[in-house]
Amino acid sequence: MLNEQIMHEFSIVMNVLAIVEENAKNLHAEIVHEIEMDIGELSGIDYDALEFAMLHTHKNELLENAKLVINKIPAKAKCKSCKHEFVINDFYTACPKCNTFDHEILQGEELKVKSIKID
Amino acid sequence: MCDTCGCGQPNNLITYKKPGEENEHIHEHPHDHEHHDHIHDHSHGRVIQIGVDVLNTNNILAQRNRGYFEAKNIIALNMVSSPGSGKTTLLEKTINSLKNNLSLCVIEGDQQSMNDSNRIHAAGVPVIQINTGNGCHLDAIMIDKAVKKLEVADNSILFIENVGNLVCPSLFDLGETYRVVVISVTEGDDKPIKYPNMFHTSDICIINKIDLLPYVDFNIEKSKEYALKMNHHLQFFALSAKTGEGMDKWYEWLNRIKL
Repeated sequence: MLNEQIMHEFSIVMNVLAIVEENAKNLHAEIVHEIEMDIGELSGIDYDALEFAMLHTHKNELLENAKLVINKIPAKAKCKSCKHEFVINDFYTACPKCNTFDHEILQGEELKVKSIKID
Repeated sequence: MCDTCGCGQPNNLITYKKPGEENEHIHEHPHDHEHHDHIHDHSHGRVIQIGVDVLNTNNILAQRNRGYFEAKNIIALNMVSSPGSGKTTLLEKTINSLKNNLSLCVIEGDQQSMNDSNRIHAAGVPVIQINTGNGCHLDAIMIDKAVKKLEVADNSILFIENVGNLVCPSLFDLGETYRVVVISVTEGDDKPIKYPNMFHTSDICIINKIDLLPYVDFNIEKSKEYALKMNHHLQFFALSAKTGEGMDKWYEWLNRIKL
């Protein structure tokens, strides 16, 4: 893994934990069991690096046993020329119907805290 | 890096300095080192839907910056690239050519050192240096603080020279009017496909150091092709900040966006 990549995921984890902590405290939770995230294949996040960062980030009592569950959202695009919808793995796949490169990303760029499981 | 949690150092202070001054404004990141033993038990618990974008806070602040810039008719350019692409030299040359006609100012971002802001200061426009410590990108809150300290005038062009990094800055909206990705011909013409997110989120692509083309295997047309695949709407300027070749088109564009 690039050092830049790891630093980046640590920074993302800090943001995730801040969101989870704020919501958990508002709900008067004592413990967070699980953090569920929607992360798109084109979000720019390396899933392994994120899991590594979550594991190795120190957390307080509220968060320290929270298990990270990642929903990997596959990427889909819609061609702006011919309106065909198709699955993509990267930003540079041509439309399989008309072979052009101008498309709208329908899904795959998500980086969301979807839900938390608390007590 | 902190050996307890891997984040920034315990005294991770982000500083905002104008050339020649001591630290005045400090932005501290809170850092919690509590540690407790706890028994694992995931079988209980109720699920609460949250549905919040991780970069929500930054995105909200970025939009606020955007509104501020629009209200004051400031054109903000977020200059992103790998380290060593020639961003600072490009800015120096641009400033020296345009400062008599346009109101210009600069926010410099680096982990450490005042070197870049000192160079801009010598070119004769207002500048402030953000040192991020271990941080690898600028974010919207840093820009908000820097803009207030710099006292950016209405009707200006504000250049934000981001930390040299093609990975992290792509996710952090600063509230800029345009994002400008700078690559140099010494970096390989396939740069765009290696860093797709950065090219996908940029508006302008500058290909710098074209004076070195005779000495490197860089195909400008191939590079543009790769970049256009990541982003159909990219506009290109191929130039040499050092020799001045191609700079006229860049200056033309800067004058045009100011209208």
